[in-house]
Amino acid sequence: MENKNQLSIKSIVAIGIGAALFFVLGRFVAIPSPVPNTTINIQYGILGVFCVIYGPVVGILSGFIGHTLIDLSWGSPWWSWIIASAVFGLIVGFAKKSINIESGNFGGKQIAAFNIFQVVGHLVAWAVVAPVLDILIYNEPIEKLFAQGAFAAVSNSVSTAIVGTIILLAYSKTRTKEGSLNKEN
Amino acid sequence: MSTALSYVERDSVIHQMTGTTKLFFFLFWSVAAMITYDTRVLVGMFLFGCVLFKISKLKWKEISFALIFMFTLMAINIVGIYVFAPEQGVEIYGTRHVVAELFWRYSITLEQLFYMFNFLMKYMAVIPIALLFIMTTNPSEFAASMNKIGISYRVGYSVAIALRYIPDIQRDYREISQAQQARGISLGKDEKTLDRIKNSAAILFPLVLSSIQRIETISNAMELRGFGKHKKRTWIMAKPMGKRDYVGIVLSIAILAVSVAMIIVNGGRYYNPFI
Repeated sequence: MENKNQLSIKSIVAIGIGAALFFVLGRFVAIPSPVPNTTINIQYGILGVFCVIYGPVVGILSGFIGHTLIDLSWGSPWWSWIIASAVFGLIVGFAKKSINIESGNFGGKQIAAFNIFQVVGHLVAWAVVAPVLDILIYNEPIEKLFAQGAFAAVSNSVSTAIVGTIILLAYSKTRTKEGSLNKEN
Repeated sequence: MSTALSYVERDSVIHQMTGTTKLFFFLFWSVAAMITYDTRVLVGMFLFGCVLFKISKLKWKEISFALIFMFTLMAINIVGIYVFAPEQGVEIYGTRHVVAELFWRYSITLEQLFYMFNFLMKYMAVIPIALLFIMTTNPSEFAASMNKIGISYRVGYSVAIALRYIPDIQRDYREISQAQQARGISLGKDEKTLDRIKNSAAILFPLVLSSIQRIETISNAMELRGFGKHKKRTWIMAKPMGKRDYVGIVLSIAILAVSVAMIIVNGGRYYNPFI
């Protein structure tokens, strides 16, 4: 019998594949942004989608593992931002229940719910968690950190809103709508 | 796409150590560098890390591209710090030795320079060990190592799956993106930023669907083989601990202890040469 407190096999695999996707998109796919030397992080859109489909545990762990792998592949981890990615995954994961994407309904209400969760997630991650940890660990100047955090929160929210919403919309169409079958008399 | 650091097979003492030791070492080392801001400890850690790097027989040209990227990032960071807070060092160290007055609120002080040097060292101290960890540990050993230090083997398996499927997903991405480009969907500079993001969704959607399919296939295969039935499992790649592993672990504990001890001796995280 499967113990409820343990990760299900599906979650284990989803964490792994989610982290691999996060890594590939974050490490090799660079979409140039209007600000020089910065790129748009589309990996958070995909992480958001995974969170909505698989829930908070998958969200937190794929964010954490994926971001750690990205940093390690450059040579050194920046823990405060890694933890921020995990927090984003956790927060958006809580949207799973209120959206219930498997029911095939992804209309105005669900789109709004997804975007509220993801914007709150990005704000908490980049404007609160990352700067606070950077102050604790590196004692960087507060003004710089919050300017950085605000920029990251806004640009990530925009890209997650576009990428996440489009993909969830398309994904929901592949699910069988709840109540789409009628019993014939 | 070989621009990411990865495992390099060599014959050195560090390669022979178990993954568990290296993971342990890397985590303790990171924590030690995170908590202290003592220049002497950080410089010492950096030099010691360089020595270990030398012992590992890794070559400079194998890491130079990553280092160049990191230095650029660090340079931007340091310039950012100076632009936003030219007096951060003065605030931390409590004295003010002016070297040169520039314009407006910007002047160069010894304290600021020292603070920025410390900030750089804090990052530099971790780099050699992080590089060692990535480049001398066989990825197949990761899961076993994580399990050994007390992380559930299920999470270890997630990491193993991530490492295993990164190349596959990379290949999928390339194929889908080329197919979409052939249909006129571009992510390049000729598109507006918002269009670029929108176009990326056209590539990502097939990628998500194929990944979800992959999750189904893998989890079914694991379920069929009875994964997760037992509380423990054995690992084909696990190595037995040897003498060098115990030396490594003791060394990492010692470094963390020094880092903590210096905080107590200094009465804070900083080493202040200005008083």
